[in-house]
This record gives sequence, structure tokens and C-alpha cells, in this order.
Amino acid sequence: MSETTLAENRTPTGRRRFLNAVWAFFGLIAAAEFGWVGLSFLNSRKERNRPVETERVVTAGPLERFKPGTVTAIPNGGFYLARLEDGGFLALSRTCTHLGCSIPWNEEKKQFICPCHGSTFDLTGEVLTAPAPRPLDIYPTRIENGVVKVDMAAPRKRERFDPTQATRL
Amino acid sequence: MISATIKSRRSFSDFLLHLHPPSVPEATLRFTLSWGLGGMAATLVGLLFSTGVLLLLVYEPSAERAYASIQTLTERTPFGLWVRNIHHWSANFLLAVLLLHLLRVVLTGAFGSGRRLNWIIGLCVFFLALAANFTGYLLPWDQLAYWAVTICTGMLGYIPVCGSWLQGLFRGGGEVGAPTLANFFVLHVAFIPASLFILLLWHFWLVRRAGGLAQPEEAERDNASSRVPTMPNLIAREGAVGLVLIAFVMILSIFLNAPLLEQANPGMSPATAKAPWYFLGFQELLLHLHPVFAVCVWPLLGVAVLLWLPFWRDSALPPATWFGSRRGRTLALWTAVGAAVATVLVILADNLLSRPSETFAVNTLITRGLIPTLLLMALFAGFYLLLVVKLNYTRAEAVMVGVILMVVAIAACAVIGYWFRGAGMVLVWPWAAGGP
Repeated sequence: MSETTLAENRTPTGRRRFLNAVWAFFGLIAAAEFGWVGLSFLNSRKERNRPVETERVVTAGPLERFKPGTVTAIPNGGFYLARLEDGGFLALSRTCTHLGCSIPWNEEKKQFICPCHGSTFDLTGEVLTAPAPRPLDIYPTRIENGVVKVDMAAPRKRERFDPTQATRL
Repeated sequence: MISATIKSRRSFSDFLLHLHPPSVPEATLRFTLSWGLGGMAATLVGLLFSTGVLLLLVYEPSAERAYASIQTLTERTPFGLWVRNIHHWSANFLLAVLLLHLLRVVLTGAFGSGRRLNWIIGLCVFFLALAANFTGYLLPWDQLAYWAVTICTGMLGYIPVCGSWLQGLFRGGGEVGAPTLANFFVLHVAFIPASLFILLLWHFWLVRRAGGLAQPEEAERDNASSRVPTMPNLIAREGAVGLVLIAFVMILSIFLNAPLLEQANPGMSPATAKAPWYFLGFQELLLHLHPVFAVCVWPLLGVAVLLWLPFWRDSALPPATWFGSRRGRTLALWTAVGAAVATVLVILADNLLSRPSETFAVNTLITRGLIPTLLLMALFAGFYLLLVVKLNYTRAEAVMVGVILMVVAIAACAVIGYWFRGAGMVLVWPWAAGGP
């Protein structure tokens, strides 16, 4: 008698198999719900840290302060203002496009040199040596009444430098 | 009265015997078979749990307070510095011991049938230990922590499709900041220890169910090898190894302090920002390969191979003999030496080749990704055919060669990354000016 029950247990009948499948289904739903709650918590934090303003303008300074062919660090904005030889302005992010280290400008070599993996960038933010995969990000820049202003709200990614990216008078 | 004492003592040993078999084959007690590595790892986890609880009493998990609380811990809390050092050194030793334990299991053929699930659980424990080390790395909130975590979470961004989403999830925002600390803190003190605890009990119990450590096949078949009671034979040996290790870590922690640099400054990377030593192998790969391959394809391939290894028929060496045989031992030694030399040569050659300022073009995905990957696969396949078809080695010995190649190459990369990379990640001698 007990052997037959065992045998029955081992090969579930159609109804039992159906009920097992239902249990498994509800189990999966429950797991998914827990996962959803966890992800919502994590995502809410991401949302909260996103800047609310659509524009965050930092005043870099008067036009004459930046000589052609120089790079100036703007401490209150955390970016570099590069002035090209032709007088155009580029606001370069200080974050390396490789793995996110912050990059100092080397005045002697006229290069940005990343301390982490040795990527180098020229004055326009273009990659000179790998491993960085793309040029430094730029921020939208405008010139109002002879004063350079930079919108820090969102960095702009680019595949390569092209002269139209610079802001000119 | 007396019977109550005996009963409670019995209940303790009975509990131990739920994690250990009641008796073990005498031959597997030999120290040079297992080197006590599993027991050492368990001891270190115990040290980490107990010192971790103490550290939690002082540590404050917020970006503003974290660094100051570590200073309070090391300067004003009685034994604070010592307890932090014990936690730090135990964590680092744990990774080294786990890696050696993994190698021991491969080299003594202990992942064969009956132990496959346990091999997978062991791998999970290894990854959890890595995650625990890495999440703990950020908590002091100093320059070392901040930039190492910036680099490592930066690596996540290169995973195709879901990379930037994952990165945002872990960082809790665009950059490493207060939400990152909160995430890592929860992972470090709740999620990882709890998972580790469950997996470790399961791991021990599965060793017990497989009848203790792996023993030679003929011994298992004939049941000829004599079995001795676990209590006290095995327990006493485990106790001896564990206590010596605890003493060693405690004494070391008196003299060697865990590093603590200045408080994290998101505006300035230090002159050399390196990943922690256990990720240095990947950092070295990143210097040579396209990031997608260095942080995603190659690690995933490695993990997939390790997971699949026990399910390949006859991939395990004969149990309980190091390297399977004397011939296997010679093969293993030459493989290790060859892998180390070859890795160094490849890195040097690549360094010479890529010296001239090389702009990154679109085709690097092929030249620095696909081609090296295919070359590596061809190399492994070629070695396999050479060993098995030409030189009459067994499949298990070829598998052993593959695992040794992988581990030694990554270790060589880490050694180069740690000692031979200076400012700007340029190759230098460790004693030269501007060295690490």
C-alpha cells in the first residue's frame, strides 16, 4: 500500500503537476515583486540625485582673461575652459572618458594626462593616446557681453573633435 | 548533573558532526593533501564577522562622517586601530587563501562527480568574498577608496547593453558619492555576510555528504582505508591550524597598519590611482584590450569555463594525488613558469608596439578585442590537442594546464600592475623615482 503511494508521489498526476506549476508560478511572481520593490528603492535614489534644474550656468570670466592656446581650470565649476588658437572656446569636462578619473592639465606638455591609465588628450579634448575611447565631454558654452558662461547641467558626449563644437564671438 | 554536562557537550559535538562526517578516512588527514586551506578560510571569515561587528559600533555610514569616524576609530577607540587592522588583513588573506583553495581543489582532483554542486557553491563563495572586499574598500571614504571605486564602477559602464544602467544602480547617481556609500554599506554589512553564511554552511555540509575530502578511487571502492572518528582527529587538527592562523593575523596587525590616505576629494585623482590588488589583473588587461573585452567578455568567458569544468567528462584528476602523478607535476611546474614568462613578454611587446601616439579608431574592437580573443582560444585549443593527441596526456591533465595558465597569467598581470606601474601607468622599476 505504502509503496503505491510512494510511486504516486514520484510520478505526479496531471492535477498535482498542475498545482505544482501554479505554486511555482506564484513563487516566481512573489520573487519578481520583491525584486521590483528593491529596484524601485535603488532607482528612486538615482532620480533624487538627478539635478532638478535644466540649466546650471557657471560664469567662467571675461573674454580677455583667456589667451588663445591656453587651458584654464574653473574651480567653481569643475571643468576646464580651453581657448583654441583661432579664439574659439571649449568647456571640457575634467572626467576621463575611460574610467572616470579626474584629469589634470599638464602645462609643459600641453596635454591632459590621466593619472589612472595614462590616456592623454590635447587642448581640444581629442584623444592622443589610448586607452580612452572618445574625446573629453564638453559643456554648452556661450558668450554674453564679453563674458564666457557655461551650462553645467549635462555634459555632451562626442565621437571626435570638430571645429564647430567651439563657441566663437 | 554529570549527565547534563555530558549531554550538552555531546550536543555541541553532534552539531559539529552535522557539518563534518562522523568519521573521516585517515589518509585524508594528511596536512600536505589539503594544506588546511578550507579551514583557514573559515577561520578568517570568523575573524571578519567578529571584528566587523566591533567596527560597526564606531563606523558612521555617511559621506560626511565616514572618514572622521575611521579617524576616531584609529586614534581614540581602545584597540580600534588593531581591530581595523585585523579586519583588513583577514579580508586580504581570505582572498589569497580562497584562490589557493580553488587551485588545491583543481590540482588534487576534488571537483569530480558527487562534488559538482559544491564546486559551484565554492565559486559563488569566492565571488561573494571578492564583492565583500570591494564594497569594504569604499567605506573609509579616503582618496584610495574613492578613486579605486570610481575606476572599478567605471569598468561596469563598458558592459554592452546594460552597462550604464548597472553603473547608475551601483553608484546611485552619475558619480561616486553619498548614495554609493549607502549602497556599498548595505551590501557589505547585510547582504553579502548573510549570503556568505548560508553558502558556507551548505558548502561544509556538502563536503560531509561526499564523505569528507576526496580520496583515491581504489580506496573508496575497496573501503580499505581505515576511517577514524572526526572528533577528535579532524577537529583537533582544524583547531591547531585555525589558532595558529588567528595568532599570526593578530600579531601581524600589531605591526602593519591598514592604509588610510586623506579624505576623498572628487576633484583630484592621486598621481597613481590603482584598483585594489585583486582587480589589478583586470586593470592591466584594460591597458591592452578594448574595455568591452577586458571587463566583460574575458571575465565572463573565464567564469563560464570554471562553472562548466566539472561537467566535462573526465576533467578531474585522480583524487587525492597532487597533479595526478609525477609526470603531471613536472608538466604543471613548466606550465606555471612558461605562463609567467609568456605573460611578461606579451605585455612588454605590446608596450613597445603601442608606444607611438596611437589614436583610438573604431576598428580597435577588432584589433584589440576580437583578434586577441580568437588568438587566446586558438592557443588553448592548440595546447589541448598537443597535450592530449601528441603527448598522450589525459584530458584532466590538459584541464589542469588550462587552469594554471589562467591563474598564473592573471597573477603575473597583477604583479606587474602592483609593482611595475608608476605615475600615468608607465612601466617602471619598483625602485626607480616616480615608481609606485
